[in-house]
Amino acid sequence: MSLLFSQTSQIEGDIETLLDSISNSVMMFSEAIKNYLNDEYDIFLKRMQEVKILESAVDELRRQIRYKLYTKMLIPESRGDMLSLLENIDNVIDTTEEVLILFEIQKPKFPKVLNKDVMDLVEASCKAADFTVMAGRGYIKNSDMINDYINKTYFYEHEADKVENRIKRKLFGSDEIVSDLAEKMHLSKFVELISKLADDGQDVCERLSVATIKRSI
Amino acid sequence: MSLIIIFLSSGLFLGWSLGANDAANIFGTAVGTKMLRFTTAAVVGSIFVIIGAVLSGAGASHTLGKLGAVNAIAGSFTVAFAAAFTVFWMTRMKLPVSTSQAVVGAIIGWNMFAGRATDATALTKIVTTWVVCPVLAGIFSFSLFFLVKYLLKFSRISIIRQDSYTRVALLLVGAFGAYSLGANNIANVMGVFISVSPFPDVTVAGIFSLSSVQLLFLLGGVAIAVGIFTYSKRVMMTVGNSIFKLSPVAAFIVVLASSLVLFLFASSELQVWLSSHNLPGWPLVPVSSSQAVVGAVLGIGFAKSGKNIDFRVIGRIGMGWIATPVVAGVLSFIFLFIMQNLFMQPVFA
Repeated sequence: MSLLFSQTSQIEGDIETLLDSISNSVMMFSEAIKNYLNDEYDIFLKRMQEVKILESAVDELRRQIRYKLYTKMLIPESRGDMLSLLENIDNVIDTTEEVLILFEIQKPKFPKVLNKDVMDLVEASCKAADFTVMAGRGYIKNSDMINDYINKTYFYEHEADKVENRIKRKLFGSDEIVSDLAEKMHLSKFVELISKLADDGQDVCERLSVATIKRSI
Repeated sequence: MSLIIIFLSSGLFLGWSLGANDAANIFGTAVGTKMLRFTTAAVVGSIFVIIGAVLSGAGASHTLGKLGAVNAIAGSFTVAFAAAFTVFWMTRMKLPVSTSQAVVGAIIGWNMFAGRATDATALTKIVTTWVVCPVLAGIFSFSLFFLVKYLLKFSRISIIRQDSYTRVALLLVGAFGAYSLGANNIANVMGVFISVSPFPDVTVAGIFSLSSVQLLFLLGGVAIAVGIFTYSKRVMMTVGNSIFKLSPVAAFIVVLASSLVLFLFASSELQVWLSSHNLPGWPLVPVSSSQAVVGAVLGIGFAKSGKNIDFRVIGRIGMGWIATPVVAGVLSFIFLFIMQNLFMQPVFA
């Protein structure tokens, strides 16, 4: 019996570590973009490396948790929901890594006048991702706050969409900021990528709201 | 001896049928949703059904004995056979049926055939208990629902820990449910054979002794266990996946509530304790575990919102209270007539 509950504690610990890592990667992502826009390229690269390490660790941890959940415990119904949550919340950290790598490879040239807008977008997307991690934690801890976190994720996802559109309008509305269409398209693509972080969070929260209803007695 | 075994066969068949069907009331959701392995459920269920039957089966059987003490083994065979046939036939006709009610009808059929008066007080007690059983199970599950919800809300345990606890709780409550089922329902299986029990009292290795009736109950308990092992898996899969689709925590509440009711109507020890403390008791009567489960599920339905409750279920249970004993009584009377006049066996003394 004590063996069963020690494994329970182990899985709880693993999931906590996984969520902490995702939360850290989101903070790191925000700082990395700020460094990139402020031309602090060395610091940007350092932060990107840290996100890469976090992402690999999360992948490994997720595999271990999946194995333990399937072989050792959990009610089959919630096992499916839990795994789906972990797979989907993993998309958040994947996106942070993917976007930073694309910044490093393609080096998009954002005009300085757009810096504030881009940082607004980063802030809204990261807040959506942060509240997603909190909602995931709330689900696992059976917290009453989960709906609050889900609603906040939806709010910031909507905010991110608004900022994304604002930046695209500035890019395509006139040729004053950027004149070359290819460059407009390039920058627009990066705006979409940053916003994808919030979309990933929204996907997770949609699944979480269903999973929460399923878990009511 | 072989003749005795043949005569006991109808009771053993009732036991088998009880194990095949009613074990699903206890372990259905847990096994159907793969929370517990069938083998684990079957082993725990069988052990505790037998313990319940042997240790606590006497109380409810005593009340059935008051209703009508069938005093010839061919009569006991026929009464149990009539009850078993009623359950089989009504199940095939997709009519609501319970072994407890079929046995009572069959005993009344024997009383009528043998020209004995049916004890009206015992009958009133039994019928009242049938009505009280699902209602009480509903009240228990209604109360337990809020208690468990409160505990889960304030204990703040993670869902992983909650699931681990639920799995263990389902096994423990299943063991209690099996014990209560054995204690309460062994009367249906072997009650009509008590007056004609062919077994002597035995002492096992000088450690403990089993009375003639306990040996009879042990045999009935084994028949129930065989029913659990051979046929209940199919029923459990149906219960787990379709009829009562319950969450694991709700399943725990339903099994606990219905088992408590079966326990209350079977426990002589509790009666003794209550009377020694000058508290009012209640009759020990075999009740239907299926109806207790339906009552408990309805209790949860009411606790949740009261919406989406199919009130036809209540009507069907009520219909079963009348139809089952009437059909069993008529069949018992006919079968006793055939046994006496065609097979030339004395069916009463």
